[in-house]
Amino acid sequence: MNKAVNQKAWFLILPVLLLVAFSAVIPLMTVVNYSVQDTFGSNKFFWVGLEWFEEMLASERMWNALGRQITFSAIILAIEIPLGIFVALNMPKKGFWASLCLVLMSLPLLIPWNVVGTIWQIFGRVDIGLLGYTLSALGIDYNYTQDFYAAWITVIVMDVWHWTSLVALLAYAGLQSIPDAYYQAAKIDQASRLSVFRFIELPKIMGVLMIAILLRFMDSFMIYTEPFVVTGGGPGNSTTFLSIDLVKMALGQFDLGPAAAFSIMYYLVILLVSYVFYTVMTNLDKRDGH
Amino acid sequence: MAKITLENLAHSYLPNPKSEDDFALKELNHDWVDGEAYALLGASGCGKSTLLNIISGLLHPSQGRILFDDKDVTMSPTTQRNIAQVFQFPVVYDTMTVRDNLAFPLRNRRADPAYIKDRVQQIAAMIGMEATLDRKARGLTADAKQKISLGRGMVREDVNALLFDEPLTVIDPHMKWELRTQLKSLHHEFGHTMIYVTHDQTEALTFADKVVVMYDGRVVQMGTPQQLFETPEHTFVGYFIGSPGMNLLSATVEGNTAVVGGTQIPLGKAFGAPTGKIELGVRPEFTSLASGDEGLPITIKRVEDVGRHKIVRADFNGTEINILAPEGATILPEMNRVIFDPAGINIYSDSWRVAPKVA
Repeated sequence: MNKAVNQKAWFLILPVLLLVAFSAVIPLMTVVNYSVQDTFGSNKFFWVGLEWFEEMLASERMWNALGRQITFSAIILAIEIPLGIFVALNMPKKGFWASLCLVLMSLPLLIPWNVVGTIWQIFGRVDIGLLGYTLSALGIDYNYTQDFYAAWITVIVMDVWHWTSLVALLAYAGLQSIPDAYYQAAKIDQASRLSVFRFIELPKIMGVLMIAILLRFMDSFMIYTEPFVVTGGGPGNSTTFLSIDLVKMALGQFDLGPAAAFSIMYYLVILLVSYVFYTVMTNLDKRDGH
Repeated sequence: MAKITLENLAHSYLPNPKSEDDFALKELNHDWVDGEAYALLGASGCGKSTLLNIISGLLHPSQGRILFDDKDVTMSPTTQRNIAQVFQFPVVYDTMTVRDNLAFPLRNRRADPAYIKDRVQQIAAMIGMEATLDRKARGLTADAKQKISLGRGMVREDVNALLFDEPLTVIDPHMKWELRTQLKSLHHEFGHTMIYVTHDQTEALTFADKVVVMYDGRVVQMGTPQQLFETPEHTFVGYFIGSPGMNLLSATVEGNTAVVGGTQIPLGKAFGAPTGKIELGVRPEFTSLASGDEGLPITIKRVEDVGRHKIVRADFNGTEINILAPEGATILPEMNRVIFDPAGINIYSDSWRVAPKVA
């Protein structure tokens, strides 16, 4: 087949190219620029090569933040994914209650992130917060501004409250798409409830579940606003996740070079993990094909 | 294997059915004899699947009872009825291998592993999937998936009945024939009670010993293919079975003569004087073209040659009449009459057949 060659077609992608250039490529290149230079002020920069990267890779501060970040993402995924599936399985399938559930479930997703932070910051306060006050009244020593565990639990519970809905809604959509005949066949085959989940529901929602895991991983790995509003990264550095640390370094200390190197590595980690997820997802359907 | 009895059974999808129209399945008494193969034939939405789901226990009827070998199972769940059912669209467990799919119903009932192994092999041979037994079911063609569904339905030997809900819809035509033949030989071999739902008359007539024709939530006739062809009990049966279906003409009947639009037609049998909306039904197979003064005056509209015979589409006072002519027959423009063979004439009053008076 002969394809018509028409170089003018390049003009058609020009608007997108410009948009992407200004919104992504140029800012990213600025960061790359910072990461290989140093300055002593007055806008004079000089070349330092990969020094910042070496320094960052050797920095205990960065490794600690990364460790906290991975721990946080792992914990919230381990809670939100099973919990979301469980909620979806128990939601009504149709009628008034199904609609009500859907609306209630989407509410947390509609609240701006800093507001979520503020809600939980107040909710957890020992003096005026409902949660903090109740726990104290029950004699439980709870103070997220001073106690390491209290801070972590607050941040995790907040994230679970905010985002489990997303997993539940995606899983629910997946479950709704399973034709009735599957459940009927399972009854006729005398399959147990567990088998129905294992062999019918789980395989059918695997696709959306992968998307849910990917979204939750990316979002939690980049989390900034909520913990920043609630704990400000404290007590000490205990809830200083990667992005909080990065902002402290870049804007608090104005160490642009190290912060840029740091953020490029951070970006690469997210890119790598997302790529792995993408590969797994696209291979999910092809698997066992032959 | 069991005899299945339906007693005053009816079902409505509405919570408070008021009139008869609210019922998807109208009151019904019926015995499914142990070991027979039945076809449940009817147009879409006539209640076939509803009836099937009530028998398998996926649906509980609004009224009436279902008995398996005289034991009431009306409220028993599917799992206690020991029924196998195959659905219209393939249902397979994607993540399992073909072998595990076939073994699944047996494993859930804790059958002996050695027996499962043999039985699965046997079924795989029957559906022609021995070579793919260890492949995952995911990614197989719709054909193959439906064969697995059929296999899973047949894998248990002790089922009370095997129900098929239009199982061959997604299967290739040549494969359809083969699978239907296999189902039939399976029936001969094991003698399961089989109920096969379909809207395809060929499928129903070739598969079943007895065909149950349903129309508008009601069983209108049950009989052998021959009975359905020769003496349709309801105009729907006449129209639905046969290709083309039965010709129906408004008539008045007295004794052994019918009058259709002023023309007298001899019936060969006495019918007395039936009342109601009277119709004369005659299959195209029992009609022939003629010229002259005898018979019903018609105008030929067109002739369709379908290979083994010709179908003549004719018009009588605005009613279409189909006439079957032999393949070799010459059809001439001056043929303006149709003659009915009295042996093939049935009289209907308000859509139901009137039995001739025995002389």
